[in-house]
Amino acid sequence: MKLHALTAHALLDLYRSGKASPKEAYEDVLERIKAVEPKVKAYVHLAQNQPEFKGEFQIPIGLKDNLCTKGEEITCSSKILKGFHSPYDAGVVEKIKKSGGSILGIMNMDEFAFGSSFESSCYGPTFNPWNLACVPGGSSGGSAASVAADEAVWALGSDTGGSIRQPASFCGIVGLKPTYGRVSRYGLIAFASSLDQIGPLTKDVRDCALLMNIIAGYDKRDSTSVNTPVPDHTKALVNDVRGLKIGIPKEAFAEGLDSEVRQAVEKSVELLKTLGAVVKEVSLPHTPYAVATYYIVATAEASSNLARFDGVRYGLRATPKSVRKNALVDMYEETRSLGFGDEAKRRIMLGTYALSSGYYDAYYLRGQKVRTLIKNDLDVVFKDCDVILTPTSPTVAFKVGEKVSDPLSMYLSDIYTIPANLAGIPAISIPCGFSKNGLPIGLQLMGKAFDEEMLLRMAYTYEQNTEWHLKKPTLD
Amino acid sequence: MSISKEDVKYVALLARIHVPEEKLEGFTKTLGDIVHYVEQLQKLDVENVKPTSHAVPLGNVLRADIIKPSLTHQQALSVAIESKDGCFKVPLVIE
Repeated sequence: MKLHALTAHALLDLYRSGKASPKEAYEDVLERIKAVEPKVKAYVHLAQNQPEFKGEFQIPIGLKDNLCTKGEEITCSSKILKGFHSPYDAGVVEKIKKSGGSILGIMNMDEFAFGSSFESSCYGPTFNPWNLACVPGGSSGGSAASVAADEAVWALGSDTGGSIRQPASFCGIVGLKPTYGRVSRYGLIAFASSLDQIGPLTKDVRDCALLMNIIAGYDKRDSTSVNTPVPDHTKALVNDVRGLKIGIPKEAFAEGLDSEVRQAVEKSVELLKTLGAVVKEVSLPHTPYAVATYYIVATAEASSNLARFDGVRYGLRATPKSVRKNALVDMYEETRSLGFGDEAKRRIMLGTYALSSGYYDAYYLRGQKVRTLIKNDLDVVFKDCDVILTPTSPTVAFKVGEKVSDPLSMYLSDIYTIPANLAGIPAISIPCGFSKNGLPIGLQLMGKAFDEEMLLRMAYTYEQNTEWHLKKPTLD
Repeated sequence: MSISKEDVKYVALLARIHVPEEKLEGFTKTLGDIVHYVEQLQKLDVENVKPTSHAVPLGNVLRADIIKPSLTHQQALSVAIESKDGCFKVPLVIE
C-alpha cells in the first residue's frame, strides 16, 4: 500500500485498525522522498534523529526552515544563518513532538520568507510537482511542494502576506493562515512580527482541522499569543452551508485576474450557491491599497527584526579584507552583504527608508493608517457576512525565473492574501480547479477573527462536493 | 518622488549593508519602482485615522518574576561563532 499517498486522518484510521504502523508510514514516506526529491527539491535537509514512535498523532511532518527545532540547522534558507543549530524547540515544534509527530526534515523557503516566486533561497529553487518548470509559490514553497508530492503527509509553514495560502494554491493543496495570536510564534524566526502566523499545509480540510487542534493555543512565551479557548476544529467539519452568507468583493474581480482563475472561482461560487449558501456582492474599497501598505509595514518590521543578524553571536561572520570604516562596522557590513541575498537586502533597505527620519510620517505612519482603513472595510463586511470569498492568487504558478528581475510584479501577486494579514483574520486556500495546462487553482475564504471553524465548515462542504483535492501530480 | 543613488547609499549605510558600485544602479531602479508604487497611499485622506500597529488589541503583558530553568550558559554559547571565557568573542572594537 502506498502509505505516503494517504492523508493523515486515513493513516490514523489504519493505525487504529492495526493495518499499518506509524513506523511503516514514516519509512514509506522516506522511500518516497528518495524517489522524487531529486526532482522537487523540497527539503533543505532531513532530520538528524529518527522519531520515537509514540503518541496520538504519529504523522510524518515537514517543518519550514524558520521554525526552531532543537539540534537541527535552521537558516531561513539564508547564508547568514548557516551553521545555526537551534538550541531549543519553537512552541509549535514542542506541540508536534508531544503529539507524536514524526519529523521528516526541514523544508526549503524563500530567504527569510521574502517572496512568493521562490527564487531567493540560498539552497536554490524548489520545483512545482505539477510542472517542474514552474515555481511552487512562496514563501512556504518547500512545505507545499512536499505535501503535494507526497514527500510529507502534512507540513507547517508561516504566512506573513500569503506565504502559506499562495503556495498551497499553486500546489493544489489546503493551506490555512490562522487568526493572529491563535498559534504561538515562540521560536518562529521573525519576518514581520505584527503579521507573521504559523499554520498547516495539508492534503485535505479534515487534516487541516486536525493539525490546527495540535498547534493552536495560548503560549505565555509569545506575548502576542491570545488566551482564548481553542475549539475542537474537527467539530466544524459539517457538510452544510445552507443559509451561510458569502461576501464577494467586487474589487477582487478587477483587471489583472487571469481568466481561467476567474472562471474556476466563479464556478465554485455557483456550486456553493446550489448547496444553499447566500451570496452577495460586497465592497472593500481600500483593498487596492493593500499591497502598497503591506510593503511598507512588512519591510519596516523586517528591517528591524533582521538587524540582529550582524555576525556577532551566531550564524555567519565575514572577515573584511580591507578597512573601509572601522573594524566593527566593516565586519557588520561585510557579514550582512555576504549573508543576505538581493531580495533580503532590498526589503531591509526599503524598510529602513520607510522608517528613516524625514520619511517616517509619509511612509510608515501613513501605512499604518491605511492598514486601519483596510481593517475597517473588512469589519464592515463581516457585520453581514460569514466569510469573504476571493481567488487566492490572480494567476496559476508561473515559470521559474519569470519574476526575478521584476520584484514589483511579484509583490502584486499577493493582492488577495495580504488583507487577511493586515487585519489579523484567518484565511484558508483550497483547491478549486485546474488551468488548461494542468496547474492547480486556489480559492480563498477569509473569516472573522478566531472563527477558523466557519472557514473549515465551508471549505469542508466545498471539498465534499468536489474532487479537486483528490487529484495528484505524476512524478514517477 | 524618485530615489537617487545617494539615497540608496545612505539607506544602505543605515542598514549596515555594503552595496558595491556595480549593484548600485540595480537597487536604485528596483527600490525606485517600489517607492513610486507605494506613493499611491498619498492619495488617501488619513487625517483622522488612527494608526494600526497590531491587528489584535494589545495591552502590556506581564508575568510574575519567578526564576525558572532556561537555556544553560553552555547551550546558549553552543551557537557562538567564537567564544572565550564563557562569553561571545567579537572583533577588536577599541584600539
